[in-house]
Amino acid sequence: MTLRVENLSVRYGAVAAVRDLSFTVEPGEIVGLIGANGAGKSSTLHAIMGAAPIAGGDVSVAGASLRGRNPEDVARSGIALVPEGRRIFAELSVEENLKLGFAARRARGGAAEVLRSVYDLFPIVEEFRRRQAGVLSGGQQQQLAIARALVAEPDVLLLDEPSLGLAPAIVDVVFAALTAIRDRGLAVLLVEQRAQRTVALADRSHVLANGELRLTLSPKDANDTETLVAAYFS
Amino acid sequence: MMLAILNIDWQTLTDATALGAIYALMAVGIGLVFGVLRLVNFAYGQLVMAGAFALALASQWGWPIWAAIVLCFAVVLVLSVLMDRLVFRPLRTQSPAIMLVATFAVAYLLESVALLWFGPLGKIASSFGTLNQPVTISGVDIRKITIVAIVVAAACLIALTLLLERTTVGLYMRASSMDFDTARLLGVRANRVIATAVLISGALAAVVAIMLTVQTPLVTPDFALRDTIIVLAGVVLGGMNRPVPATLGGFAIGFASGILGGALPTNQSQYLPTFLFTAVIVVLLVRPGGLFARSNAVERV
Repeated sequence: MTLRVENLSVRYGAVAAVRDLSFTVEPGEIVGLIGANGAGKSSTLHAIMGAAPIAGGDVSVAGASLRGRNPEDVARSGIALVPEGRRIFAELSVEENLKLGFAARRARGGAAEVLRSVYDLFPIVEEFRRRQAGVLSGGQQQQLAIARALVAEPDVLLLDEPSLGLAPAIVDVVFAALTAIRDRGLAVLLVEQRAQRTVALADRSHVLANGELRLTLSPKDANDTETLVAAYFS
Repeated sequence: MMLAILNIDWQTLTDATALGAIYALMAVGIGLVFGVLRLVNFAYGQLVMAGAFALALASQWGWPIWAAIVLCFAVVLVLSVLMDRLVFRPLRTQSPAIMLVATFAVAYLLESVALLWFGPLGKIASSFGTLNQPVTISGVDIRKITIVAIVVAAACLIALTLLLERTTVGLYMRASSMDFDTARLLGVRANRVIATAVLISGALAAVVAIMLTVQTPLVTPDFALRDTIIVLAGVVLGGMNRPVPATLGGFAIGFASGILGGALPTNQSQYLPTFLFTAVIVVLLVRPGGLFARSNAVERV
């Protein structure tokens, strides 16, 4: 299913966080959303999830508007978020964290197969499934957060800075998983600070500044440092 | 005075355990709603009061015990749901201070309604009078209600633990009380979790109403008010944020209250709250996080 963001505006009081933003994410593609802190990347994700008020424009999945829906309804309509800072339930076990992901799952039955496919993608999550989630390392928690989003069997996966605070080797694991997730036919929207890696991975990347879309880059721009820097500081 | 405190017999000890058990149930009822709403429901005592009046009316009408129990549960559960729908739900996005004041308003409203309908002198709930009779166990006279209260409280706590640990809705409730926003983003239905917590909390209030009316058959509009304040102190004493310490806090303060009540000479029993709350203040000065809070608590991420 296609995620469509049309002329989206998000305001916090008098402050405009996102202005007139439009883009789409088709099934089987990764779209990157990059930009400096405060550019409006996270606000866009929150608006899609119903966790931030939409001041103007619309967000729709497969043609159905999500505007005005609360977060649990958005999650139950096939959109999963991997939140910034992972937001793992530290006091619950890894397995219990995964079970929470089932809350938004629309299909019934076949839970074991879903878990199997997620474990195949993230073997570390299966290995540590009986442990308390809080004792996992940051990279392991990030894998758990993505696994938790995937057990809902979403059509659209939103990720808010999944590489934040991770060692480069772990970022490789996470980004490799994103490629595999794309190949399963999900529409993936990746919000990132690591511009170069995102541009290289995503089918296209939108550069945000001051809540506005400034530039769209394709993977071949990944090594064009000048363009990247110019886009960031435009 | 100290001699009086040392003069504790088995009967006082079992009575204190029973009171601790009842207060533990109240602490769980308050703690469950606090967990998902971050709201201290000051109107909890009035739910118990409403249940107690239902029992008093049932005994006035000569209803059999089972019907009295059904009426008590029905009244308390309906009131709990109304409280959630009319007060908690519309105010959920407001600040905790506003919700707190709203529960004060609900508490006074319910008490005033009881005052209007039943008068200040109250009614007698006598259906369970036989439970006040003693049984003799190896030479010690123990009132039946003491045993019933301990058994029922233990059964409720075990059932609740199983619900929270073994069922999906229990997992949702635990997750919601740790991080409600993230739970909702994962598709956990906020209203359903809150409604479940409110219903369980209400059911516990009904159980408490039955136990307390056995101990104190005279039901007045301020019934259970003092107990609620003591339990709230106990919950803070144990550690508000976590269910097990909050429950232990409720038990501890009930137990202490029972021991002090039995140990103090009758003509000095009015000093009981003074001793109790002095102890609470001292404990909180020494351990601000609560008596049973873990010192190496895992930081929530």
